[in-house]
Amino acid sequence: MPKENTRMPRDRRPGAGEKPKDFKKSMERLFKELSDFKRLILIACILAALGSILSIVAPNRLSNLTDEISKGLVVNTENITSITKEITDKVKEDNLKDKIVKILDVNIDEDVIKDIYTSNEINEEDKNLFKEILESHNFSSLNELPDSILSKILNTSYYDNIKITKEDKITLLKSSEKDLNIPESVQRIIFDDLTVDGIKISSKDQYEYLINLSSFSKDSKPEEIYKKIDEMPKSIQNVIKPKMNLNKIVGICIFLIILYLFSGLFSFLQAIIMANLSNGFANGLRKRISNKINKLPLKYFDKHLSGDILSRVTNDVDMIAQTMNQSLSSLVSSLTLFLGTLIMMMITNWIMALTAVGASLIGFFLMSLILKNSQKYFKQRQTELGNLNGHIEEIYSGLNVVKAYNGNEDADRKFDEYNLKVCESNKKSQFISGLMQPIMMFIGNLGYVCVCIVGALLTLNGNITFGVIVAFMIYVRLFTQPLSQIAQGLTSLQSAGAASERVFEFLDEKEMISEENTKALDKDKVKGDISFNHVSFTYDGNDKPTINDFSADIKAGQKIAIVGPTGAGKTTMVNLLMKFYEINSGDILIDGISTKNLTRENIHSLFTMVLQDTWLFDGTVKENVIFNREGVSDDIVHKVCEEVGVDHFIKTLPKGYDTVLKDNDSVSAGQRQLLTIARGMIESSPFLILDEATSNVDTRTEELTVKAMDKISKGKTSFIIAHRLSTIKNADLILVMDSGNIVEQGTHDELMEKNGFYANLYNSQFQK
Amino acid sequence: MIKLFNYLDKKDVSRIVICIMFVIGSVWLELKMPDFMSKITRLVQTEGSKMSDILINGGYMLLCAFGSLAFTIFTGYFGAVVSSDFSMKLKKAIFDKVEDFSMEEVKKFETNSLITRTTNDVTQVEMLIGMGLHLLIKAPIMAVWAITKILGKNLTWSFITLIAIVILLSVIGIIMKIVVPRFKKVQKLTDKLNGITRENLTGIRVVRAFNAEDYEEKKFNVINDELTDTILFNQKKFALFMPVMYLVMNGVTLAIYLTGAYLINGALLTDKLNIFSDMVVFSSYSIQVIMSFLMLAVIFMILPRAQVSASRINEVLDTEIKIKDGNFDKKTKEIGTVEFKNVSFKYPDADEYVIEDISFKVGKGQTVAFIGSTGSGKSTLINLIPRFYDVTDGEVLVDGINVKEYKLESLMNKIGYVPQKAVMFNGTVNYNVSYGKSNKKISKDKINEAIKIAQAEDFVLKLDKKYEIAQGGSNISGGQKQRLSIARAIAKDPEIYLFDDSFSALDYKTDSILRRELKKYTKDSTSLIVAQRIGTVMNADNIIVLDKGKCVGMGTHMDLYKSCEVYRQIALSQLSKEELENA
Repeated sequence: MPKENTRMPRDRRPGAGEKPKDFKKSMERLFKELSDFKRLILIACILAALGSILSIVAPNRLSNLTDEISKGLVVNTENITSITKEITDKVKEDNLKDKIVKILDVNIDEDVIKDIYTSNEINEEDKNLFKEILESHNFSSLNELPDSILSKILNTSYYDNIKITKEDKITLLKSSEKDLNIPESVQRIIFDDLTVDGIKISSKDQYEYLINLSSFSKDSKPEEIYKKIDEMPKSIQNVIKPKMNLNKIVGICIFLIILYLFSGLFSFLQAIIMANLSNGFANGLRKRISNKINKLPLKYFDKHLSGDILSRVTNDVDMIAQTMNQSLSSLVSSLTLFLGTLIMMMITNWIMALTAVGASLIGFFLMSLILKNSQKYFKQRQTELGNLNGHIEEIYSGLNVVKAYNGNEDADRKFDEYNLKVCESNKKSQFISGLMQPIMMFIGNLGYVCVCIVGALLTLNGNITFGVIVAFMIYVRLFTQPLSQIAQGLTSLQSAGAASERVFEFLDEKEMISEENTKALDKDKVKGDISFNHVSFTYDGNDKPTINDFSADIKAGQKIAIVGPTGAGKTTMVNLLMKFYEINSGDILIDGISTKNLTRENIHSLFTMVLQDTWLFDGTVKENVIFNREGVSDDIVHKVCEEVGVDHFIKTLPKGYDTVLKDNDSVSAGQRQLLTIARGMIESSPFLILDEATSNVDTRTEELTVKAMDKISKGKTSFIIAHRLSTIKNADLILVMDSGNIVEQGTHDELMEKNGFYANLYNSQFQK
Repeated sequence: MIKLFNYLDKKDVSRIVICIMFVIGSVWLELKMPDFMSKITRLVQTEGSKMSDILINGGYMLLCAFGSLAFTIFTGYFGAVVSSDFSMKLKKAIFDKVEDFSMEEVKKFETNSLITRTTNDVTQVEMLIGMGLHLLIKAPIMAVWAITKILGKNLTWSFITLIAIVILLSVIGIIMKIVVPRFKKVQKLTDKLNGITRENLTGIRVVRAFNAEDYEEKKFNVINDELTDTILFNQKKFALFMPVMYLVMNGVTLAIYLTGAYLINGALLTDKLNIFSDMVVFSSYSIQVIMSFLMLAVIFMILPRAQVSASRINEVLDTEIKIKDGNFDKKTKEIGTVEFKNVSFKYPDADEYVIEDISFKVGKGQTVAFIGSTGSGKSTLINLIPRFYDVTDGEVLVDGINVKEYKLESLMNKIGYVPQKAVMFNGTVNYNVSYGKSNKKISKDKINEAIKIAQAEDFVLKLDKKYEIAQGGSNISGGQKQRLSIARAIAKDPEIYLFDDSFSALDYKTDSILRRELKKYTKDSTSLIVAQRIGTVMNADNIIVLDKGKCVGMGTHMDLYKSCEVYRQIALSQLSKEELENA
């Protein structure tokens, strides 16, 4: 049965797959990671192979079925010849003559002869004839006698207890070879019962058969013969008619149904196992990636885009899962199918096998030619599409500038150009990917016809049965199908290899150094002294140190400001304080204890940090403010928000504190920042870091917020990074940074007096 | 969906007609093949048939196969042409529409959503058309044709085929019914998972500072497990699909053969051979019928997704454009003036006004600054001049003429707009500075001068001559982008400058030098400046103080410092009393 096309069309464009850097290595790694699932994979593979083997066995059985059915088409020639011989033997001259003499039982007693001679009813001529016959003893010409004489010499008699009337005898005598007319009683004697294959053929039927047979000539067409056979008596028909072994047919059908059921069951089980396995594996991978994100040093994220990591979590893991789910088992079953079919074909008939393989090879040669050429179109399409989408993104996000500068025409021109290019490459790549399926179909048909023709040739020569052709019709399909699947499976295995390379590369990234010999500082007992001791720090890949031999003693409760132009390295100071980065040399001490001896977790718990990025997540206002802290009551949340000054705003939201925050909401940047400040103020810690925490808030609101924060941070050591110099004028220590160095430090007044970098920066606010 | 088909023109329609004809041709040939197949079967079966007959029929069958291949390839070609052209036209239509959108409409859809609608959604529809042209046309033709071929040949076999189709379709139907809603759920969960990961990544410093790693991971794992469970559920249901399909298809053949055996057995010798070849042919046709129903089922699986995309596209295309182009493009009597007459603005669905009853006039060469707290409506106000929004009440006059009367192009030619967020286009620095179309061509010297004034010379000179600015300006810093964005306005030599908080990314020093240079250069031009820094606005000829959309003060720095409470608060929050009074 043609099995082609039974796969659902997959939304996978061939040729779009990318290649891993090292296929073998990536596969080795992938399977190493899969070792937990080894047993399951093995079972799935065995099931897949079994399923394939069953589907190879099936056509063989099916060809048996066809053979059995076609037996019902062929007349039983053996029986025909044997019956014909038996029946014709019965009417062979020698035995028949004696039999007929006996049947006729001619009575030529003196009385009868006398009676004939004396009879007035018989004319002289006839009498003379009779006399001649008597004298010559030539009884074969008895039939020339008239009825009048015959009725005298023939009497009703019994032969083998069969009554033969006078009339029957006369009829028998009169019948000639040309006009055979044997009375029934005589038939019973001549054609004694004949039993062929357990079927009794009556004398009448035998006689009829004989008559029918005589009407055949050598030139009779099969159709005519079949027609004659259909007219023959039932008993004869039963003997010579095509015989179908219905029991055997039903048996094969039942066997096949069981086979199909098992094959279905195997593939179902295999699919279930693979689904469980691949999803379990994907789930684990995602978990590991998510866990890994929090274990990597921050410097990793300086060099890697978040989009890149994101695509590893979703796209790459999906790719691996999908390949495992679909390609792995289909690769195994396809390979089994391919090899199995090849072997089965070779065993069944090697000439036909070569035909099938040859026909398929021609097709695949064609296909590989097309595939080779198609690659560049797919790549081209990808590039052009990237250009177009990039342009669309650019224009849409800069729409106000486009409008204000009358850039529409320029945008349109570029758009049309890109759009046309996409369209052109789209046409080509779509056309080529559309070629695959019809070519596959054609290969199937080509193989089919070749097998039919060669098969017919062989059948005509009597080398094979029709069933073999039917089997090969299926083998051809079975043979071409896995080839394309193997090709597809290998491509997706390659993509999976590339994907797993990326995933494992990420999972193998060096994690933050583990912390040993640690002490812990109690958050509630920390005084708040911090001292920097000849701290130097260089970002990876930088030549110049960002922080160079920096020393400072900060007493508990002091307010430290870090100022300087953008990119001066202000945030680096914070990063070092929070131990986001490891310092290269020197030491930072909190209450006299080196941060090297403190866990990151411990340090983080000592600091409250509010950043410039207004980081809010998908959740309610309340969830965002509470974040990961446990046991925070609603009252505290309300109180903090009131202090920060967002309480009023939150209350105007549709669901108040339970409003879900989403991107692009009516929540402005300033309000977002206030919410993050509120988050920071939920829990009090000995240290406070404000990294441009109020840059999005207008200056009036900022002042209010800072005041609120000051209230809370009273007595706390605080670090403030700010753009607006007014905010930090009253700081206890101002660190002035420029292009990676701390160029000045001191109080506002000290620095103004110095009339250096800081003073210059400060005065520039008032220049006209 | 159907509405979108209006974008198919006559040429496309004729291509589709050709497509249909090719599909009919290929179906005809494909269905012709079993006829030859049965002929070959007969010939092989009957003794005494000639080899030449088999070869001829085999040749015909091969010819059919090849013809069908050719037809399918042609269909594929026209299908690719139609769907690609369609997608091109549709993209163009959406792009043109979005270009005409005002900020109000952009805000309604969100930029990202508009991008997705122009790219991904169009691709979805394009795919449906590409696939649909082939499958949607082929499946019904195939089904009907194949059915007529076998119809009336044998009632029992037809019944078997019918049952098989019913079983298959109901299995597909049930699986789809269960699985499709979960598909949407999978999409949602994937987005959520992405969201949480992105959250963790973008807020990595916050997460670590709060020791919230476990909190984030727990959140991630909840969604991760839910996603895995949902996908697994779907895949388990789908695992049923293939075995059932194979089982039904094989079952049909088996059933036809079995009943065929009984029929042959009971038939007259003359009919036996006919029934046999009928049986072989019927079983292959019945598979064709089943296949075509499967194809239809596949289309109905893709259809909903494309439908969603189509409706999203239609939403964009059906949006009425609020900003209508005027037709005034002549010379004006006044030059370089801007006047607001009782201007109010609110968003269509909002209750409260963003700007309420604002009136002022700026004369040629003057500088007006707007200051106010976050959300006071400063940016909105300035956006009314280039008609990014249209006023709700009152009127905005440029050079004495209502902005609504201007041809947009000539209005824009008067204006040099610098946005809050600098916009850079993929191209050279020169391209970016001389961007767009103005009344006169921007010369090379002009570009260099503009770059110099905008304090961008030092970093531009360091760049390679052919230096291309990447998309969105991702390869230059925020401050550099802002300076180039200012240079762009300068190069245009407009009558009126609009600075929408355009100096915020610059440090004070650059800010003040830039403004000094600018002042020198734009002596004759009118400037409207929105700013947060007192330092930026204090030298303006006129300062307008906004609070909650209303004008609460107007005048010079000293006037306002003395008279306007809001202004004084803002000023004092930035500079000390002495500094302000001495300025």
